[in-house]
Amino acid sequence: MSRAFVKGGDAIAEAAIRAGCRFFAGYPITPQNEIPEYFAKHLPEAGGSFVQGESETASINMVFGASLSGTRCMTSSSSCGISLKSEGFSYLAAARLPSVICSVQRGGPGYGSIKPAQSDYLQATKAAGNGGFKMIVFAPSTVQETIDHIYEAFDYADKYRNPTMVLLDGVISTMMEPVVFPEPLTEEQVQAIKDSKTWALNGKKAGDKKKLITGGATEQSNMECAEMYEYWAEHETRAEEYLVEDAEFILTAYGTTARVARAVVDTLRKEGIRAGLIRPILVNPFPYKSFAKLDYSKVKCVIDLEMTIPAQMIEDVKLGVLGKAPIRTVLRSCGEVMTDDFALGGVKKIIEEY
Amino acid sequence: MEKVIKRPSTIPENAISGFCPGCMHSTVNKLIGEVLDELNVVDRTVEIICIGCGTLNLKYRENDQAVVAHGRACAVATGYKRCNPDKLVFTYQGDGDLASIGIAETIYAANRGENISVITINNAIYGMTGGQMAPTTMLGQKATTCPNGRDFNDVGAPVHMMDILNTLKAPVYLERVSCNTPANIKKTKAAIKKAFEYQLAGKGFSMVEVISNCPTNWNLSPLKTLEYMKEHNLKEFPLGVVRDRGGEIK
Repeated sequence: MSRAFVKGGDAIAEAAIRAGCRFFAGYPITPQNEIPEYFAKHLPEAGGSFVQGESETASINMVFGASLSGTRCMTSSSSCGISLKSEGFSYLAAARLPSVICSVQRGGPGYGSIKPAQSDYLQATKAAGNGGFKMIVFAPSTVQETIDHIYEAFDYADKYRNPTMVLLDGVISTMMEPVVFPEPLTEEQVQAIKDSKTWALNGKKAGDKKKLITGGATEQSNMECAEMYEYWAEHETRAEEYLVEDAEFILTAYGTTARVARAVVDTLRKEGIRAGLIRPILVNPFPYKSFAKLDYSKVKCVIDLEMTIPAQMIEDVKLGVLGKAPIRTVLRSCGEVMTDDFALGGVKKIIEEY
Repeated sequence: MEKVIKRPSTIPENAISGFCPGCMHSTVNKLIGEVLDELNVVDRTVEIICIGCGTLNLKYRENDQAVVAHGRACAVATGYKRCNPDKLVFTYQGDGDLASIGIAETIYAANRGENISVITINNAIYGMTGGQMAPTTMLGQKATTCPNGRDFNDVGAPVHMMDILNTLKAPVYLERVSCNTPANIKKTKAAIKKAFEYQLAGKGFSMVEVISNCPTNWNLSPLKTLEYMKEHNLKEFPLGVVRDRGGEIK
């Protein structure tokens, strides 16, 4: 364990190297440039390889190549850059190749704005590329949690042989916070992980069958993946439920917005208003159960806070609430960051109606 | 009695080629197999296969393979080779894959001097999708998306990837070959072998461009395609070594 005061972007790259990431390819885009810059400086020191790709498309395909070798590998990008990489995400999912994708959201659509936003929720959780595949999507709300999620994401990617996403926004990637880093894997551990991937391409040895990894799919492979997604929904959901037992007003938010929402809940509680928070820690699989199990004889309203207009996570919140309570929204977008005052004002205005 | 000619170990015993009759893909596949056996490197070879007619290689070759996104073979090969530098990594790409949708990936892999070998089959047409205009389609040549023949004023002239790569500093070996005559087939095999040997010696990026035919989509018999090639393709894309700096690099 080592303590540090670091910027989110640097922390992401350091956590990845400690998790055994030995290949990174990416293309510059704000607000995540600290990530490739840190890798460029420190990945060679760890015996890994950094490539600045000629495009996002090339970068994600380099990651595809690295993963073919069994090496732990990663890319990062932001919004319009993530769109360009979506071709590669789909191929990684089809080929069942593990890899970690860090998505630092900014405003949208189009080039949107370079400032923080949560405008790519639906893309990340429902259709990150063609063909109907899914990824486990972590949604950290602090730099520390981002470190922990990046570190864990490599294990998830390997366990499920699937690309795994860590979804954050430009606030976390550019913010400095005190953190504790996990112990780095030793070179022997990194090599052992690579060697354990018996599916990786290494050259056909005499007497062995050749290995073929393709970006294609069949009905059978679709069914196997569907089974995996169902398993995730049953066993991998993760959410923070804060003061929800007696709550009349359930706030829900992820990432940076969830930190603000939590502060709003504390303020409301001091004023005697029974408020609580459901914070999805993974946004796919979504913690529908956290909403389903609420005591709707008490809940007057569910308030969804997001940094995107129109709201996106609300689609999943609706599936959790199933019409048992009204759902309202407090929203900002395109770089207009959710502040405590704005969130508190918006939530209070809604509460007055109930 | 010693067997002097045999099926390459990487061409499966019972495989029946699904390439069209008279197409040179089958010949190039056989040559790659012979070279891999002669260099005794099948156990360290990884082939990165394009999308196009070349995708059929997944059925006809018995070495480790990956089939990757259209145009991205050089990017995938870059990622793989950087992680496993001791392997022999070659891409197998059509001219649409290499010179149209994948032109950036090809140029930048060459410019970085990635230690990989690119084998590209230039048949001047999109074969797998049914005969559309390729970056390499001859001026005047008809295709389903240029029904009146390729018009310079509309879509420009054929793209010469060899010449584009020859403007870069890093590539080590660039040669254009064909399989239209027995003598040229021998030269193609020698070129593939040289590219692989250079990679094994760590010399850097090589590309072998095979000027090929497409009887099906040119609407010509296999023999007529050879005449057409002589009149058109081999004039547009003359055979020979474009660059060989293998001797200069230790």
